[in-house]
Amino acid sequence: MVSYPARGVIRPVMNLIKLKEFSILKQLYLEEKLLRSSSENWCIINNGTKQPTIVMGVSGRPSELVNINSVIRDQIPVIRRFSGGGTVIVDNGTIFVTLICNKDDIPGLQPYPRPIMSWTGQFYGEVLREFGDFHLRENDYAFGSRKFGGNAQSITKNRWVHHTSFLWDYDVSNMDYLKLPMRAPEYRSARSHVEFLCRMKEILPSKSTFIEGTIETLGSHFSVRPIQSNAATNLSNISHPPSTRLLTRPELEQALLSASENSDTNSSIYAVP
Amino acid sequence: MALKLWASSTANALKIACGSSRTPFPAFSRCFSNVLDGHKYTSSHEWVKHEGSVATIGITDHAQGHLGDVVFVELPEPGTSVKQGAGFGSVESVKATSDVNSPVSGEVVEVNTKLTETPGLINSSPHEDGWMIKVRPSSPSELDSLLGPKEYKKLCEEEDAH
Repeated sequence: MVSYPARGVIRPVMNLIKLKEFSILKQLYLEEKLLRSSSENWCIINNGTKQPTIVMGVSGRPSELVNINSVIRDQIPVIRRFSGGGTVIVDNGTIFVTLICNKDDIPGLQPYPRPIMSWTGQFYGEVLREFGDFHLRENDYAFGSRKFGGNAQSITKNRWVHHTSFLWDYDVSNMDYLKLPMRAPEYRSARSHVEFLCRMKEILPSKSTFIEGTIETLGSHFSVRPIQSNAATNLSNISHPPSTRLLTRPELEQALLSASENSDTNSSIYAVP
Repeated sequence: MALKLWASSTANALKIACGSSRTPFPAFSRCFSNVLDGHKYTSSHEWVKHEGSVATIGITDHAQGHLGDVVFVELPEPGTSVKQGAGFGSVESVKATSDVNSPVSGEVVEVNTKLTETPGLINSSPHEDGWMIKVRPSSPSELDSLLGPKEYKKLCEEEDAH
């Protein structure tokens, strides 16, 4: 059951930043800064990012997750973000929603991955209750058994970030840049990207239905305070060295080389003399 | 720059005996968490064992049960300075990175490199084989401000009662 502030209790403030086609790399830098340098709650909603970009989790290895030759050839940026979880390719059809919260501002919520995942899953269940067969499936957001949103978290002593990339739409050809992950949820059942994913635009009438619905549900839990989008630029000036990184071409080439050397080593072990 | 210890753990990481990793959503473990005498504890669920000039640090059984299967560990390099209450690294579990904070200030003298290939040691043996760093404390009196086993156990019980 999602917990609400008790009647008469003042809801904690949630600063809301709405962006459009903001760079996902800059968004992740901003999130890290707000997580570690702010004591306030923040919700960032970014309607798309202009350039198709691959975003891996903190432990992601390009050689295992990405078709590096194609990525280098087509100059697709590859980011390693500060949170956990898997790999996505995002573009202007992706809607990003990020919650950055003080652990004590949601009554009874313990700052661990599964309780946070449960709370946010129920939050989006409220947003989407009139549309489709919404499920939190093994930590993914799905309509039925088809994933439409990937999420991840980063938890500090007193605060946490939960961020989601929602597939409003996606370019099927972009999926070719990603390998099938070694660590995959059971419900994926070895399906290809196309068979596993679904587009939100097939379920909801418009992006604004989802975005405004999210903001309305946010208002049930928090006192929402809109922040001017140009303030995001000012917030970006807060000094904090990010751990989120854009991988360089030499790093990608090295990953390709290492993968190829490992492959040669494995082949030689089993080679018939 | 932090030394990144890459994980090659599979989904079949070792489970702890009390089975808290099998607790369904919303997950908080009501099983008994192992709290050892001879250790001191923080309210953010790290333990420290001070022997001679070295303090060994890790996360508690309570913490690993709540975090789930650890698949990746990020630790500092030897020689790095750590500060009481500040983060020195992180663990990844269930799509989340969680900061690990140092119970004491000092200099990192050793890092548990076994966590590179076997991050699940944090789940299976959080107080022994799953230790994370060893520190030469700069202010041993900081240990006096930490929780003893009884106080820490009470904290865990109070948190899980919510």
